[in-house]
Amino acid sequence: MLSRAAENLFWLGRYMERAEATARMISMGQRMATLPGSMGQSEWTSLLQATGAPAPEDRPVTEADIVAELILDPVSPSAVQACFSKARENGRAVRTALTQEMWESLNEDWRYLESMDTQAARRQLDHLLEWIRKRAAVFRGAVETAMLRNEGYFFLRLGSNIERADMTLRLLNVKYFLLLPETEVVGGGRDHHQWMSMLHAVSGLRAYHHHYGGDYAPWNIADFLLLNQTFPRSVAFSYSQIHGCLDRLDKNHGGAHKCQRTAQTELGRLTRLDINAVFSDGLHEFINDQIATTARISKEVSDAYHF
Amino acid sequence: MEETDGIRAPYRRIADWIEETGTELLGRRNDEAEAIFRKIGITFAVYGEGGDPERLIPFDLIPRAFSATEWAQLDRGIRQRARALNAFLYDIYHRGEIIKAGIIPGRLVYCNSAFLPQMVGFAPPGRVYSHIVGIDIVRTGPGSFQVLEDNCRTPSGVSYMLENREIMARMFPDVFSGGPVQPVDHYPDELLRTLKEVAPASASGEPTVVLLTPGSLNSAYYEHSFLADLMGIELVEPQDLFVDEAKVWMRTTRGPQRVDVIYRRIDDDYIDPLTFRPDSMLGIAGLFDAYRAGNVNICSAPGAGVADDKAIYIYVPEMIRFYLGEEPVLENIPTYQCSRDDELAHVLDNLEELVVKEVHGSGGYGMLIGPKSTEQEIKDYRKRIIADPAEFIAQPTLDLSTAPTLQSNQIMGRHVDFRPFCLVGKNIRLVPGGLTRVALKAGSLVVNSSQGGGVKDTWVLRE
Repeated sequence: MLSRAAENLFWLGRYMERAEATARMISMGQRMATLPGSMGQSEWTSLLQATGAPAPEDRPVTEADIVAELILDPVSPSAVQACFSKARENGRAVRTALTQEMWESLNEDWRYLESMDTQAARRQLDHLLEWIRKRAAVFRGAVETAMLRNEGYFFLRLGSNIERADMTLRLLNVKYFLLLPETEVVGGGRDHHQWMSMLHAVSGLRAYHHHYGGDYAPWNIADFLLLNQTFPRSVAFSYSQIHGCLDRLDKNHGGAHKCQRTAQTELGRLTRLDINAVFSDGLHEFINDQIATTARISKEVSDAYHF
Repeated sequence: MEETDGIRAPYRRIADWIEETGTELLGRRNDEAEAIFRKIGITFAVYGEGGDPERLIPFDLIPRAFSATEWAQLDRGIRQRARALNAFLYDIYHRGEIIKAGIIPGRLVYCNSAFLPQMVGFAPPGRVYSHIVGIDIVRTGPGSFQVLEDNCRTPSGVSYMLENREIMARMFPDVFSGGPVQPVDHYPDELLRTLKEVAPASASGEPTVVLLTPGSLNSAYYEHSFLADLMGIELVEPQDLFVDEAKVWMRTTRGPQRVDVIYRRIDDDYIDPLTFRPDSMLGIAGLFDAYRAGNVNICSAPGAGVADDKAIYIYVPEMIRFYLGEEPVLENIPTYQCSRDDELAHVLDNLEELVVKEVHGSGGYGMLIGPKSTEQEIKDYRKRIIADPAEFIAQPTLDLSTAPTLQSNQIMGRHVDFRPFCLVGKNIRLVPGGLTRVALKAGSLVVNSSQGGGVKDTWVLRE
């Protein structure tokens, strides 16, 4: 297929995934900010830090800032509205590679958010966040039910899995940026609730229960989000999907590319890794390294397929 | 033509259908149809008007109909015209017989801005220059059709012909049962067949055809992607193509792939910055050399625009006689050329009754419609004509036929025109139908979508 079409599909996948993951992250921030005794703004600040969006330095970050910067900003690459609009632009440029339902879904998402203002969004924030998650699901459904399993499909899925790995890593970073009040201790009630909010955000509370029992230990939760091989939003799982897509693309193109080897090495490493080792080397450092590796794979993909 | 109750024969079926359905329901259905169009994303951007960049062309549910007899005449006339226009293009880029014979003044051809000296002496495959000829036609009375203008470059609107029919068939399947209306949905197959027929001799095996679009910001982008999709060919932008050793390649995930035929929907000026406009950001450097080397075909051919120039239009009936030895089946509209002194005087004396157009204008912009203009507007326009008479032509305002159109749940007569799309390859193909445009404003004669015109389904009825 055209390299430009592959690139558009890859980014379409990334933007749709980012829109959903951002909505999930905001839900988490909301939950954390409403915990009894919360200091409010620090949760919102760490959210902006984790996504890489600019935070005001002279005043505390408010919910209104979050809505404006992470949902309704029409251009910032971290905002849901911009993601929908870029997803649609990418889709529009490869209309012929999309199914009718995929296109209609992109078109509707874009039109709905385009006409919304901050006040309206804040009045119904819960509803809006849920709407974003549902729209991402509708799009995914349209892809899964009718899109041909040709190379275009694998570029799209590759993009969404790279983005998913990246966003789960950033979700974990929110916790790092979030300082505990002096009166609280690591492993205390507040700490515990914050870790649980993360499971909520990835819709993984029940799944976690089944896997680890009722023990909400931070290293177990980190293990679940980073290394679990069956939970679909974990980093290790996303990497297995990335590897699978690259494998299919390699076979399809009859060649072996560097990005596929990198993904294979990383997948092997994540499979063998022990969470205690991650904690003793520093969770935050591990996360940052992994974000960099994910970005490197993304770059190697564009080199391999000429975009 | 047999008429009863003032309803022309081809419309009897439509009248019955309107009767059965009721105008109120039709009105509701019309809104539904527009909602479907918007959802699918069939939109049309209008340059320089601001507002919604992806505007919708209004759709009118009541079809425009041609009887089988009317179509037989149109079919002959359209094919005849398409053949003559292509013969003319070959001639002017070779021996120029029609000019030597004194039928068309040489300056109208050689000084024309659409004339490309680079094309002189080069014969494109099959000697075809204009592969899709869109001819704008109006009906001026029983059995009388006249040509408004020809479009030999990249006429647009065929996606509406297909989508309008699709919507009608989806919403009112019963009307089509028994097959009273001739189908149009094979147009994309016919188009692809035509494009493959004109592949250069150098193409080995099944030729690779691509559709070249300026990109998703172009007003007709929807149509480009729609046609590429239905033909199953790649929709490429200029940056997807490159030229190496006078061959054209597209960049794919597998590396470069050879291209044989380019159905281009971009203007001559933007094809190749090396040959045409060095300031163009759009072009593909070296494309023209690859074309002249016979390694790729460009449809339509660069320089085909001379044939649809409004100053050349006047001579099309003469062309038909000269190249084909036939009498024209379709008449032209009587046209005055302001470049001729006697005709200029007539035009200036009768501005109140005439339609004046810029020779190189299109899209209904820059026109003067005498009967609808104020004294001041006429005065201003007169100055423009006197300043540069050769830039203008004038035509009488026509007694254009109207077609029934739904307006606020009432049936009203509105002016319509008609653009069929004639395909020219080794064979000439014409799908029975085309794009009917309708002026939605009462009394308006301007049907251009950029000026508030709408579209209708077009029915060519069987016997």
